[in-house]
Amino acid sequence: MSEQQTARPAPDPLTPVLSDTWDADRSWTLASYLDRGGYAGLRAALGQDPADVVATVKASGLRGRGGAGFPTGMKWGFLPAPDGGPRYLVVNADESEPGTCKDIPLMLASPQALVEGVAITSYAIGCHHAFIYVRGEVLHVYRRLLRAVEEAYEAGYLGTDVLGSGFDLDVTVHAGAGAYICGEETALLDSLEGRRGQPRLKPPFPAVAGLYARPTVVNNVESIASVPSIVARGADWFTSMGTERSAGFGLFSLSGHVTRPGQYEAPLGTTLRELLDLAGGMRGGKALKFWTPGGSSTPLFTDAHLDTPLDYESVAAAGSMLGTRALQLFDETTCVVRAVSRWTDFYAHESCGKCTPCREGTYWMKQVLARIEAGQGTEADLDLLLDTCDNILGRAFCALGDGATSPVTSSIELFRDEYEAHITEHRCPFDPAASALFDHTPRPARVLTAGVH
Amino acid sequence: MTIDAGPATNGTPAGAPRQRPGYDAETAARLAADAAQIVARYPHPRSALLPMLHLVQSEDGYVSRDGILFCAEQLGLTAAEVSAVATFYTQYKRHPNGTYTVGVCTNTLCAIMGGDAIFDELSEHLGVGHDETTEDGAITLERVECNAACDYAPVMMVNWEFFDNQTPASATDVVDRLRAGEPVAPTRGAASVCTFKQMSRVLAGFTDGRADEGVGAGEPTLAGLRLAREHGWTAPAGETAAEAGDAPSAADAASTGGTEGAPEKPVTGAEQSSADRKPTTEADVDPGGKAESPGTKPDPSKGADA
Repeated sequence: MSEQQTARPAPDPLTPVLSDTWDADRSWTLASYLDRGGYAGLRAALGQDPADVVATVKASGLRGRGGAGFPTGMKWGFLPAPDGGPRYLVVNADESEPGTCKDIPLMLASPQALVEGVAITSYAIGCHHAFIYVRGEVLHVYRRLLRAVEEAYEAGYLGTDVLGSGFDLDVTVHAGAGAYICGEETALLDSLEGRRGQPRLKPPFPAVAGLYARPTVVNNVESIASVPSIVARGADWFTSMGTERSAGFGLFSLSGHVTRPGQYEAPLGTTLRELLDLAGGMRGGKALKFWTPGGSSTPLFTDAHLDTPLDYESVAAAGSMLGTRALQLFDETTCVVRAVSRWTDFYAHESCGKCTPCREGTYWMKQVLARIEAGQGTEADLDLLLDTCDNILGRAFCALGDGATSPVTSSIELFRDEYEAHITEHRCPFDPAASALFDHTPRPARVLTAGVH
Repeated sequence: MTIDAGPATNGTPAGAPRQRPGYDAETAARLAADAAQIVARYPHPRSALLPMLHLVQSEDGYVSRDGILFCAEQLGLTAAEVSAVATFYTQYKRHPNGTYTVGVCTNTLCAIMGGDAIFDELSEHLGVGHDETTEDGAITLERVECNAACDYAPVMMVNWEFFDNQTPASATDVVDRLRAGEPVAPTRGAASVCTFKQMSRVLAGFTDGRADEGVGAGEPTLAGLRLAREHGWTAPAGETAAEAGDAPSAADAASTGGTEGAPEKPVTGAEQSSADRKPTTEADVDPGGKAESPGTKPDPSKGADA
């Protein structure tokens, strides 16, 4: 990272922007946020034409931080020309992808950064009522968001005539009620409309017919929270970090068998080797076995990918997805079958039931994986799993089904012999106690009444 | 805990005299006033349904039959429509919940780091399984899915407050103190855990004034920042925003179009697409333009963060 790139000096290994205020005293309060220069972005934005704000974010190359990586400014540009009716901004704060743990701590520590981003974005796209859809399972985050919005109203950053600009904006913070699928943007909109959270057929896209069938922008928390710094410091500043097509910084969330798990805000294009070095390496010097680059829906990587630049293009070229930069690291003590079996339980539990490939596919995969893990599988089960994945991927209604196949297919590809060991030895060759963080004697059989979702 | 009132929402059996269900007049009036506040937050009343179901849980400790009928009445929906929504979301309880929901994350990462052992220990200690409540009505034990605190694994949630870095011993200590009626503080959250009903009222959007309690961040959240401070690493300086000084004139801000003349269009099956349906009407693509030819295949690389 210390070498000079072609035209610009390489940034530091870590570049705290979003996380820069998190160590302040009472960092979540408006007073603390203002002390650290908060709302400079909104003041700058209100002095510009809204179209110029959109242009700045487009020029920054900011890509959606919720997993898909779609260019944020371009998404804003999809909105049809104003027709006099309402248009909405909806922030996706339903962070639920296994391994993903960046938006929740961000909103706990610095909710005002999100509120400022909401105000700027709303101004840019001509929205006068924005929504923050936060998952319902994070009580204190919801409290902090409600309070942040309340403080912003009191100080004139929200409400009627924002900072004397003539721009009006209301913000509603909405708590979900427990459903991973509501992180899918159209399911989120259905849920926000008071319905079961099931995805909608696209097109029409939310930009054309979103919330209440009106033009709507749905953006991830981290994307929106990145907007104030871009507007305050400029698109060139943002593109001075990251790679050409994956510009800027992002929160990399390290979890699992790593010495110092946590949030590491770095330029896109950093590598796991660099991050792992910063985080003190794997616990106890054990070997890294497999990891997810961007949550459980992204195909597994191994130690062969330690030097893969963590940007959208490089990770895709290596056969996975950057996703949410949720780096879940598992060491050599971990049974990959157990890991994948548990992720599959998750997808089966969270499948909304709307489409057959996902509803039935995850249901059956869960059972096949459970019997393999228990030593009761057969050789044919591996083909059955792959065949089931084949019938889900590309045939499911939304990305949840596709995502459910990633851990299964990638783990069989990388660790087929481990699956076969479960089958031929009729047992799991691993000791679950070895992968836990504390010493214990595992109970021989799981309490069956507790095993059913 | 065996009571299952059964959210009977499909009316009464044929021939049976319809018993007038519902809250007493005072409760109904109080809840209706709350419901009106919820409805006022949204452009369309039906959006109030999820928070209103949380409100019902704050009254009854679960989504009761009375609660379903109340929501239906407030929003002009049928009981079946409300019930269909209530059964979709895991936080809505279909039978009376304990004072505290204790959820152990048993999704992959937490499970492997020790969540499985913690759940088993609690299950044995409390004598209940998943989604079951102790006889004293204090604790409902659950396996929960990833709660976005993986850097604090293994994680336990009590009424959806964070209990980070748990062990079987720390978890049993927490539930013992909860059952003894002692105040228990989460790792990151309010100064003490509130009850299920109190929590539900907050989730309905009624603040309890406790936002300023607790920490802003735990150590893992600050891991990278601490390292950066230690080494003097920062983001590039960049240009500071030209101080906007006075806010812009109303005339400047009035033009809130914010889009360009010819908006770019998403392509079916490409980025931002989850399905490969061909556009069938002009409105599918652009209400003012022509339908475009669709893309080819759905891209499995789209939208990982469902």
